[in-house]
Amino acid sequence: MVAMATVATHEGSSLPLTLGDGRGGIRERSPRRAEGAGRTRVAGAAPGTVPTVIRLERVTKMYKTSTRPALDRVSVSVDKGEFVFLIGPSGSGKSTFLRLLLREDVPTRGRITVADLDVAKLPRRRVPRLRQRIGVVFQDFRLLPNRTVGGNVAFALEVIGKPQATIARVVPEVLELVGLEGKADRMPHELSGGEQQRVAIARAFVNRPLVLLADEPTGNLDPDTSQDIMLLLERINRTGTTVVMATHDHSIVDSMRRRVVELDLGQVVRDESRGVYGVGR
Amino acid sequence: MRSDFVRREVATGLRRNVTMTVAMVLTTAISLALLGTGMLAVRTIDSTESLYADRLEIQVALTQDVSAADQDCSQPICSGLKKTLENSPLVESVTFESQQEAYTRFQQLFAGQSIADVARPQSLPATLRVKLADQQTGADAVRQAMNGQVGVRTIIDQRDVVGKLFDFLGGVRNVTFALALVQAVAALLLISNTVQVSAYTRRVEVGVMRLVGATRWYTQLPFLIEAVLTGVVGAVLAGVGLVVAKFAFIDDLLAGIAQNGVIPPITIYDVLETSIWLLPIGAAIAGVTGYVTLRLYVKV
Ligand SMILES: Nc1ncnc2c1ncn2[C@@H]1O[C@H](COP(=O)(O)OP(=O)(O)O)[C@@H](O)[C@H]1O
Ligand SMILES: [Mg+2]
Repeated sequence: MVAMATVATHEGSSLPLTLGDGRGGIRERSPRRAEGAGRTRVAGAAPGTVPTVIRLERVTKMYKTSTRPALDRVSVSVDKGEFVFLIGPSGSGKSTFLRLLLREDVPTRGRITVADLDVAKLPRRRVPRLRQRIGVVFQDFRLLPNRTVGGNVAFALEVIGKPQATIARVVPEVLELVGLEGKADRMPHELSGGEQQRVAIARAFVNRPLVLLADEPTGNLDPDTSQDIMLLLERINRTGTTVVMATHDHSIVDSMRRRVVELDLGQVVRDESRGVYGVGR
Repeated sequence: MRSDFVRREVATGLRRNVTMTVAMVLTTAISLALLGTGMLAVRTIDSTESLYADRLEIQVALTQDVSAADQDCSQPICSGLKKTLENSPLVESVTFESQQEAYTRFQQLFAGQSIADVARPQSLPATLRVKLADQQTGADAVRQAMNGQVGVRTIIDQRDVVGKLFDFLGGVRNVTFALALVQAVAALLLISNTVQVSAYTRRVEVGVMRLVGATRWYTQLPFLIEAVLTGVVGAVLAGVGLVVAKFAFIDDLLAGIAQNGVIPPITIYDVLETSIWLLPIGAAIAGVTGYVTLRLYVKV
């Protein structure tokens, strides 16, 4: 038996979600876009192409306490539905890149847009709206230890004022999507690392964000579990959600063959679709 | 805004931090109780002042020989003085109290006490009791007009006597306000600290809230409500404390003077009316402290 649930997306349209086929299957919506190795992307979408979701224009971030910029004139744009790896050694600016998108911090120079929002210029009271369109996961999961799996996911909806009825309907759906059906009443400490990260992903995705940002989501996981998490992120990407994942895990990047943006000392040193980790420099 | 969510967060926050919450409530209560005491003192001073405003007289005591010789102010010295006073526009009326009348009043005032037995009429002066039309400048005018006149022994301004009582009440008021202020500073620091600790223990929750795009109301309201609840509970305790204090100490303390009508008694209504004021004061101070703390110290 197949049940159809309709989940509103941020575009105002509806994303059909097929449930109950036992595999948590989602109708896949792979983005169709031109792919060419080694291209340098320019800002602005030509008519008929997929809209740009994230755009950084010559973004520089100087932390007060540091002499060299954490990001140095970075220009990157990401289309809707893309899967982008953000790679580079520790300290190269990956986390800063993600923090700026979330408006955890503001750039020193340059312009950032997410969807139609000018991130740096966003007034404080509008910041929650930006963040409601972005899901985030981290290396350290950041689950609430005193809430169940279901409670953790529900929390994300409660605090943005979603009605209880919606929460009761949507949370089981998303838990099934991430492969945690039947574990809604477990506490986080009863779960493996991989399962905890699935909870975090469920929480990030439950409000159907436009963009999912992941900062080294497999950093605490063993290779097999990491592969499972990657499959899950791919599945989420296939729903049309743009995914930007910071990592320095070679094998993951190499096996996925997705777009790679490489940072070094805050500068973009490579931006190619279907990239691998250490090649092309 | 989902009230069940906020309610649960507040309950957890207060429970997680019981010792701190208790300290915060008690300090706030003590501060507010002192403030309430000060307010009662002000109230008493005000009503005492109005009680005396039209009663206060200036007494011009006559010398021994005039007092003894003139029983009805018919002789020139006394009647001269009386006329002078009555002619002043600052004076409302002048009444003469003879030595004998003074003695009678003295006996009533100190009935049953040994001083009543030793006093003799001759040792008491006859007085001209002056009621002032102008409370502001009248006293000085009378003093100037009477000072050094033949037949005048002393001039007693009742307000000097009552002034001592006001000084005492004013002292009570100042001390309680000062203590209330010190306690209030302690309460503010405690509330501020508790909000910070509370925000720290909930930093994971608050971090998640910020990331998923909760508005400031959701992230801050639980802390603010915690602080305001502290203020309100503190105010209620302070009110209860004042009522208990009224029956336990204040009534005894003031029993003598209040019964003689020297000062108006402090009634239970006075206490309750003052206590009602403590509620919004406590809530507002705690709320503002919480808000300022969140703005200054806590990234929510
Ligand atoms: N809050 C901060 N204050 C000052 N310097 C920072 C801060 N965060 C990061 N940095 C500096 O910015 C650079 C980039 O850091 P980060 O973005 O965390 O890199 P990555 O995530 O790639 O390891 C580093 O040199 C780091 O020391
Ligand atoms: Mg990092």
